[in-house]
Amino acid sequence: MTNSKVREPLFHITKRDNITTKKSILIRVIAVFFSLLLLCVVCAIVGGEGIDVVLGALFDGAFGSERKIWITLQDTALLLGVSLALIPAFKMKFWNLGGNGQILISCLMAVVCMKFFGGKIPDWSVWILMAVLCIAAGAVWALIPAIFKAIFNTNESLFTLMLNYVAQFLVGYFVVTWSTSGSNVLTPFDQGTLPVLGNQYLLTILVIVISTVVMTIYLGKSKQGYELSVVGESQNTAKYVGINVRKVIIRTMAISGAMCGIVGLLLAGAIEHTMSESIAKNMGFTAIMATWLGHCNPIMVILTSFLITFLNRGMVSVRMELNLTSDAIGNVCIALAYFIIIASEFFITYKVKSPIFDKIAALIPKRKKAVKEVSEQEVVNEQSTQETSAKADDLVVESATDQTNATDAQSDDKQEGGEQ
Amino acid sequence: MNNTVALELKNITKSFSGKVANDNVSMTLNEGEILAILGENGSGKTTLMNMISGIYYPDSGQIFIRGQEASITSPHDAFRYKIGMIHQHFKLVDVFSAVENIILGVKDGKKYNVKEAAKRIEKIVAQYGFDIDINKKIYDMSVSEKQTVEIIKVLYRGADILILDEPTAVLTPQEIDKLFTVLKNMRKDGKSIIIITHKLNEVMEISDRVTILRKGQYIGTVETANTSEEQLTEMMVGEKIQLNIDRPIVENKQLRLKIENLSLIHDKIKMLDEISFDVFSGEILGIAGIAGSGQKELLETIAGLNKPTTDSKIDYYAPDSDKSDSLIGKSPNEIRELGVRLSFVPEDRLGMGLVANMNIIDNMMLRSYRKGKSMFVDRKTPHDLANSIIESLKVVTPNEYTAVRKLSGGNIQKILVGREIASAPTVLMAAYPVRGLDINSSYTIYSLLNEQKQNGVAVIFVGEDLDVLLELCDRIVVVAGGKVTGVVDGRTADKRSLGALMTKTEKYQQEEIKEEKQND
Repeated sequence: MTNSKVREPLFHITKRDNITTKKSILIRVIAVFFSLLLLCVVCAIVGGEGIDVVLGALFDGAFGSERKIWITLQDTALLLGVSLALIPAFKMKFWNLGGNGQILISCLMAVVCMKFFGGKIPDWSVWILMAVLCIAAGAVWALIPAIFKAIFNTNESLFTLMLNYVAQFLVGYFVVTWSTSGSNVLTPFDQGTLPVLGNQYLLTILVIVISTVVMTIYLGKSKQGYELSVVGESQNTAKYVGINVRKVIIRTMAISGAMCGIVGLLLAGAIEHTMSESIAKNMGFTAIMATWLGHCNPIMVILTSFLITFLNRGMVSVRMELNLTSDAIGNVCIALAYFIIIASEFFITYKVKSPIFDKIAALIPKRKKAVKEVSEQEVVNEQSTQETSAKADDLVVESATDQTNATDAQSDDKQEGGEQ
Repeated sequence: MNNTVALELKNITKSFSGKVANDNVSMTLNEGEILAILGENGSGKTTLMNMISGIYYPDSGQIFIRGQEASITSPHDAFRYKIGMIHQHFKLVDVFSAVENIILGVKDGKKYNVKEAAKRIEKIVAQYGFDIDINKKIYDMSVSEKQTVEIIKVLYRGADILILDEPTAVLTPQEIDKLFTVLKNMRKDGKSIIIITHKLNEVMEISDRVTILRKGQYIGTVETANTSEEQLTEMMVGEKIQLNIDRPIVENKQLRLKIENLSLIHDKIKMLDEISFDVFSGEILGIAGIAGSGQKELLETIAGLNKPTTDSKIDYYAPDSDKSDSLIGKSPNEIRELGVRLSFVPEDRLGMGLVANMNIIDNMMLRSYRKGKSMFVDRKTPHDLANSIIESLKVVTPNEYTAVRKLSGGNIQKILVGREIASAPTVLMAAYPVRGLDINSSYTIYSLLNEQKQNGVAVIFVGEDLDVLLELCDRIVVVAGGKVTGVVDGRTADKRSLGALMTKTEKYQQEEIKEEKQND
């Protein structure tokens, strides 16, 4: 039936037209499982302990005590806050890499308020002043590249990235200037700090929860949220229906920066009560991954932020448990875990088939294989109801005439049938 | 004609992510014949040819070349079997001359020698009667010349079996004549030629036999001499179809748009050059021209997307009113605020008219989401509109929550046109509204346009198929190189005269651009 003379490619990679929510969740859960497994195995080998010990330490670090749980929740909230700032920008295809800078400049404002007004004017007025200044500072830090992008079409990635360093050195300068101990560390302020609700973590969590709700509604239901998605998807369409693209870019970035400002406000005003060059803990970058893995969807980003925070906090205790002196192993392990999770996105977008898989499948008892085939068939059926077919693939291959058909989309349902 | 088989396909099947593009197709190509492959868009013509030229590999089935079973896994393989394909989109290096492009990538083991190659190319040019200067750079060439280079490229590599994918789509009637002469010369020389097309008159004119595909299935092969356009259409579409386009006459026409002296300069190049014409309600005004003659810019400028020069004039006359509003320098929003109901179906449907990744409802909202003072969008009204368009225009979609990019070309266009008509326009502009659509969808669009015309809408229709323009439009404005070269009556004009107008200033224009470049 098939032409036996021809080498079949080892892997057939086809773009999926559709994937059921169930299947995509399954793929992600499997990825998280494997990433944890790999992380534990590597740590176990390096540390010379059992996998169970590593796994225990990992969960202990994140959830070992009531305090640890609260900190994990607070850190998740902070990372989620920064991601919430990135979501509107990324949906607009404006690559805001300046989260760190926007947080830092906001922290600086919080410290200014605590230093100069704390104890001198009523606490509630300091809080309001601090909130306004922090949010404004974050917004301004994002507006600078936005305005340049809107008017001169400068590259926003470089611009926002560079502003991180400006903010970082400004903070560094004022830390040294205002430091009284001579150690170049700013001692935490005790006046003018944000109020404590219940316990010291609750305010941050509450603010971020409210922000998440507001941002979800803003993106999903408001006219402005709709406009920014149109601009992100196609500037031509936006112009065609008369959307003022410049205005949308500037407005959205102001919101993005303001959200980073809120995170800075919480970080310096409610949590640390001081600032340092590294106060943002690189969340501006970590949040990029949380946002991306969460497909710019606030609800999904809650999960990815939590996962990333869990890994980070868990690894701290794994390192202590295994007496790993260097940071490197911990970072490598986390990177490996991320890598697998990110790679899972590939399997959500593409379907991979290979003769090797078929051979493996043949070894597995029949019942399971039948189940697998049914699910494959379902996917196929769903696809055939769409009229799109493989037009996209078609075009790509067409435009690359002089290339081989390495990534050729050969669906081999028939061949599979023949082999049984 | 001899009947030796040059190429034979047996039971070729190919599918993409579960969707069958070619289903068990078998066909033959004889030596020294021109075989037309006829089928609607999406019938699998190009996929089938791509398997012969080594771009795809069939899932199952066999290919025989001159009686030998062949396995063609790359375009390089295809050339070994002396098969060459001329694609719809040319693949040439712009800054190279024709000769350089032709010899690019030829691995014949000989030393690279441009002069000797040029001699061989000259011989091919003379032999088949091509009309081309082979030392000209590609960026100076017209579409037809570029196509010629592609054909010579394939011949230079020694192809005996040539496949041309929709070669006439981009050519004027005169250029099509030239191409057909060359093809006939090649046939005389014993070359076997496959020509993919969906234009029936060309099939009748050039081919010896016709193979018809429909929805990936092989329908049949007929001798051109023994068939008729009606029979071919029926085979192609699967049902009898009335091929005539209506052209109702509307009384009481009113001046709707007066365009005077419209010029547009973009990157120092004059895209539009002192264009003047009137648009009346109750008529379809066709705009004809070679691709890239300024049609796109013209419509976009009227829609307020481009800023024309200051002495340009676009005046809009509201129905039953003598007062006019100038649209010059106004953004699409400002035009709408004036109360001008201007609808525009742009050429780039997914990149401009719609948002590919959004669902049908959100695409409906594009025009109307601003309505009302609330800061939240109202999705109820667009939802109803989406449902009514899906129902009235018979859009094939799983539901209204499907992203428009997942729909077929015809359905995408129905969504777009449906939305634009929903706002009850007074002016409706449509750029290439039937490009890539199957016959049934095309006729749906024509009748929608006619309906609007009868409702007293001024319709501007930019088209590429001259037959359609001549059947559908009341008047036709011909543009060439950004200038209006003629306004003709759609009822009396003929294809040749349109073709002549379309190329009228082309040479002059090119020289002008060249001069401008030198001045820079």
